[in-house]
Order: sequence, then C-alpha cells, then structure tokens
Amino acid sequence: MKKDIILCGVGGQGILSIATIIGEASTEAGLYLKQAEVHGMSQRGGDVQSNLRLSTDPIWSDLIPLGETNVIISMEPMEALRYLPYLSKQGTIVTSSKPFVNIPNYPEESELMAELDSMPSVVKLDIESVAKDAGNARGANMVLLGMAAPYIEILSVEQLRKAISVIFARKGEAVVEANLKAFDCGVAASQA
Amino acid sequence: MTKKLLLGDEAIALGAIHAGLSGVYAYPGTPSTEITEFIQGNALAKERGIHSHWSTNEKTAMEAALGMSYAGKRALVCMKHVGMNVCADAFINSAITGVNGGLIVLAADDPSMHSSQNEQDSRFYGKFAMIPVFEPSNQQEAYDMMSTAFDLSEKLKEPVLMRIVTRLAHSRAAVEVKEPKKENNFCPATDNAHWVLLPGNAKRNYNDLIGKQGAMQEASEQSAYNKLESRVDGKKLGVIACGIGYNYVREAIGDSMNVLKVSQYPLPAKAIEQLATMSDALLVVEDGQPVVEEDVKALLGKGYTVKGRLTGDLPRTGELTPDSVGAALGKESSIAYSTAKNLAGRPPQLCQGCGHRDVYGALREIIDEYPDARVFGDIGCYTLGALPPFKALASCVDMGASITMAKGAADAGLRPAIAVIGDSTFTHSGMTGLLDAINENSSITVIISDNLTTGMTGGQDSAGTNKYEAICLGLGMNPDHLHVVTPLPKNIPAIAQLIRDEIAYEGVSVIIPRRECIQTAARHARERKSAAK
Repeated sequence: MKKDIILCGVGGQGILSIATIIGEASTEAGLYLKQAEVHGMSQRGGDVQSNLRLSTDPIWSDLIPLGETNVIISMEPMEALRYLPYLSKQGTIVTSSKPFVNIPNYPEESELMAELDSMPSVVKLDIESVAKDAGNARGANMVLLGMAAPYIEILSVEQLRKAISVIFARKGEAVVEANLKAFDCGVAASQA
Repeated sequence: MTKKLLLGDEAIALGAIHAGLSGVYAYPGTPSTEITEFIQGNALAKERGIHSHWSTNEKTAMEAALGMSYAGKRALVCMKHVGMNVCADAFINSAITGVNGGLIVLAADDPSMHSSQNEQDSRFYGKFAMIPVFEPSNQQEAYDMMSTAFDLSEKLKEPVLMRIVTRLAHSRAAVEVKEPKKENNFCPATDNAHWVLLPGNAKRNYNDLIGKQGAMQEASEQSAYNKLESRVDGKKLGVIACGIGYNYVREAIGDSMNVLKVSQYPLPAKAIEQLATMSDALLVVEDGQPVVEEDVKALLGKGYTVKGRLTGDLPRTGELTPDSVGAALGKESSIAYSTAKNLAGRPPQLCQGCGHRDVYGALREIIDEYPDARVFGDIGCYTLGALPPFKALASCVDMGASITMAKGAADAGLRPAIAVIGDSTFTHSGMTGLLDAINENSSITVIISDNLTTGMTGGQDSAGTNKYEAICLGLGMNPDHLHVVTPLPKNIPAIAQLIRDEIAYEGVSVIIPRRECIQTAARHARERKSAAK
C-alpha cells in the first residue's frame, strides 16, 4: 500500500508539526517514508507545503507526481485548492474552512467554498473554533490531523494517537492530553 | 543497525560527524543552513568539541576549513550555491595547494530558485577546480558519501566537492547510521612548498593536480555510486540519471529501461560509452544546468543523439519534477483536476511587528518626496521591501551590493543614493564597500537595518552584533553622520526626518535602526521562561 499526502497552509500555521507526527507514526509502523518540506523564505506568511509519501514498498521520488495525491490536508481553504492538479481522481481534501486573509486579492469566500464543495470528496471544518471549544486554542493543527486520520488509512487512528503522545511527551502530560483531545475532536467530526 | 529519520542536510551533518569530522565552517544560506545547525545541536559533536561556530562569510569559512585541514583534521565547509562565488578564490586555490586532513566543500544548489537569485550549478565549480564531485541521490547516500568523500580527499590529497539540491536538502527519509569513527590526530602539514603558492610552487602543484586527474577518473569508474543498470535487451533509449534525477527516473519507469546512475564525477566515461553502445539514443536527466549533457555530447560525438535540457526534452530551467522527467520518458500523467479558479498567489512577507517594516515605512515617505531617489537593496528578509505595500527597492543583486551599487550610482551623479543592508549581510560583504565609500566621501546614505540576527535563514548568530558603531567608526566614518535609531511605528516620522537630513549631506551617512527580530525575540523569551522554571 502507498499513500501520498500533501500538507499545506500558510507559513506559521504549524503544518510541520503534523508532518512530524505522521513521520513518527510511520517510522514506528516500519513504513517507508519520504517527506519533502519547504524551508526558508516562503515561511514568512507565504504559502507552504510538504509532500509526504508513505508506503509499504521503497519510494523513489521525494515529490508526488501530478494527479497522484491521496489526501490533501490543509490548514487553509484556498491553500487546499492550490494543489488540485496534484490530487488523484479519488483523492480527498481535508481542510480548515476558515480563510486566512493576508493578501489584498483573496478570492470571494462564497465562490471559493463553492469550488471546494464541488470536489467529490471534501471534509471541512472550522478547526480553530473546535480547538478553542476543546480548550486548546493552539491545537487547530491537531484537530485537522484528527479529521484526516481516517483517510490516511496506511496508519491507524491509534498509531497516530500514540505518535502524538511520543512527540509531545517532553512538553509534559497536560500538553499531551490537550493535543490528544483536539485530535479526538477532529476524528469525531470527520466521522460524523 | 540504527535508523534515523533525517533531512538530507541532517544526513550530511551526521555522516560528517561519524566520519571523524573536527570542524564545520559555514555562513547560513538556504538550503544548506540545517547542516551546521544539526552539528551545533549534536551531542557527540559537543562531546568531541567539534568546531561549529558560524563564520562571517563563505570565504572566511572556506579558508578556516582549509586551515583545519592543514592541521591534519577533517573539515567541512557548507554553503548555498551562490556562496561558492564568494569563496571561489580560496576554493579554486585549495585544489592547487591540495589538502592534508580530508576537506569536503558542500554546495547546496537551488534549482527553481526557491530562495535564491539564480540557478547556478556547482558541478561547474568542481570541473573548474578539477576535483572530484559527489552528488547523492538520496538521504542514505548523503550520509554514506561523507565517509567515502573524506577518504578520497585524503587519498588524493585534494578537496572534494559535495553537491546537493534543495529537494534533497529539505526532504526527510530514514537513514541507517554506522558507528562513529575517531577524529584524525593533530598533524600539521610540513611541506611548505605545497602550501606557499608562489608561482614556482604553484606551477609544480598545478602539474600535480593534472597528474591526479587519471586517479579521479578511475575513482569514478569504480565508484559504487555510479552504476550501469542493464535491464532490457534491444537498442532503445538509454538514460543517464544524475543525483536525485535518478529517483524521478525510477518513479516514472521502474525497471523498464537501461539506466546509468551517476553520483560521482568526473563522469564515468567508460560506462557512458557502454550505455551508448547498448542504446539508440541517450536522455540525460540532471537537476540544475546541462553540465553532463554537454559533456556526453562531446564524448559521443555529433552522430549520436543525446537528449536533455538543451534539446527541450526536459525544461531548460527550473528543478526536475517527477512530472517533467515522466513526460520525457513517455509516462502518461494521471492528472485529474485542473488548476483551481479561486486561487491567488500568497508571496512571503515581512512579519507583523518586524522592525524592517518601520524602516520601510520611513523610506516610503522619502521615495514619495524625492522622485529621483533610489534605494539599493540587499539579501535578507528585508529584500521583501521590494514587494507591496512598500515597493521600495530599486535593486537586489548579491550580498553587499547595496552599498557599492549606491556608491557607483552616486559617482555617476544619482541623488539621493540610499543603501539598505541587514546587519549580517553588512559584516558578510558590506564593510569593504563602506570603506570604499568613506575613502572617497561618496554621497550615499547607508541604512544598516540591525535585527541582531541572521533573520531569513531562521535566526542564526550575526557576526557583528554589538559592534556596528565601532566597525563604522573604525572604517573612518564621521561620528556626526553615524546614527542609531529604534525602528518602531511611532518613530517612523523621526526616522524619515533623519534620512532627509542625511541625504542633504554630501558624504557618507550611516543610520542603524536597531530592534531585535521578533522571531528570535519570541524564541529568546521562551528560552528564558523555560530556564526560569
């Protein structure tokens, strides 16, 4: 089995933490993994993305070819649309529904949402509100990971939960619990 | 056997430490920065006291690394591709002196210019200096090659160039790591004739270098990293796949073609001739410029078809992708959805609250008031001042060019000529230009926007922190025209007034707006908080 995932958002939204957790879970599960990140200039309020490739067999390219992405996981709705040419025909978009507007020419929100909704498989949610309601305002990225978890398939929800515990362990039990709670809210929302 | 999930940069760093590295020398530059940062944070490197302090620029780094090699130790010098231009004098001449301890020069190229101003291919520098070049195809090779490259460097007594690209530098994969080797013993060189490049010595050394070319060629022909993979019969298209290009080829065609994987140079000419005999044409897949394509054409002669970037079978510019390589190899794209309609570009921008913003707030006023004013920019976060809402910059060329271009334009009569340069860029390559301007009393206004760090690459130490006034005075600045201000929104009118006053002065003025980078300030606050716990 092979799963190609694009993680995306705006610089500073915490997509690399999601990548780290999926990376940890994949390593623990003995999967092959390649994860191409963007560092440097584009981190400052610009669009950022990471290509994550998980497989039971060796992986060649660090980059995902056009039309072969199984899941786009996005912290921002317009950023989810940026990678449409990379999405496979049966692919799923899991995204925050709340625009992050830091440019003057951001598209009309209703049209943006309509275009997203026109895609065959979309899961979207106001992850910031869900995180806030769960008492972890900074945990929006964990809510998003939870939403995406059922679509990652090559890793189980339980394997991802365990990776969250490992990654946040050095920050203390309270931080681990808060992030797990945010993650669980995302899983529940996705399956609702 | 231990497996670690590592960035390409980290694999190089750990590979170097485990190969017995004694010192890394570098100036931060995307996509090479993480190599030195990894060594700075590595426990074994700390225990061994491996040198990892940042250098002021790539030339000082290269020379210090050569000095460590002179003393018998293994040294690594890292930079982004354009850093090779800065250290080129030392780099080329290190091939003439040769080395004592192993010396690896690592250049991280940036095809597609994700964070750079050009796509120059460092493999040209390897040819230019006539030394071996390694180009890993993946993270594991990046790790393994460090040991091989140090060994080869010591065997040939020559520096070795390691060339990577952004997609390897910043991509993670599992790497099997080995037991660390010991460092070399301290053992300074004694053969002065080799190290003193007076013409008489240099001529002899140059002949030595030419004499070693056969051994370098043989090392490439025998290298485990160069491999002719013969899989199919019948004369069809054969592929020469260099560095990470190999991965895109395998992604596209699996086992269905004959492929020569190239990760060590000089080019393995025998293997190329063998592949050519087996094939009816060759496709060269290489990230960066068509270095190999040109050489293969020359090797095989006019009658043989060699395809690549020069022939348009692959794009002439930009990094390779699995899609461009797949198309060149006849793979059908599985693209299902076209580009979205509701999409806008989201360029990077200066952080909210950043001091550079307030500097540009003041400069914008000046530009609006003086239609002939030109602001010559430089390399750093503050290059973003070229974009809206500021649109303040007339130029951005290379490290340090703001001051010297302003000087040249002022020499030609341009007024007001303003330079904007960051603190780290100033010590990297701005100081000498300022000395030129001071010596000629050029009519320029220099703004050293000091955020106490090397911001764009993630907040590394800046060589001149707390020394800028002293440096300027030492270079001969008139103290009456040297000012330090605090860039805050409330101070914009006062800063603009100061710039007005100084551009009226026919001579060199330096204004230093100083406020810590908000990213490093936040990080330092977190560190203080956790230290207090």
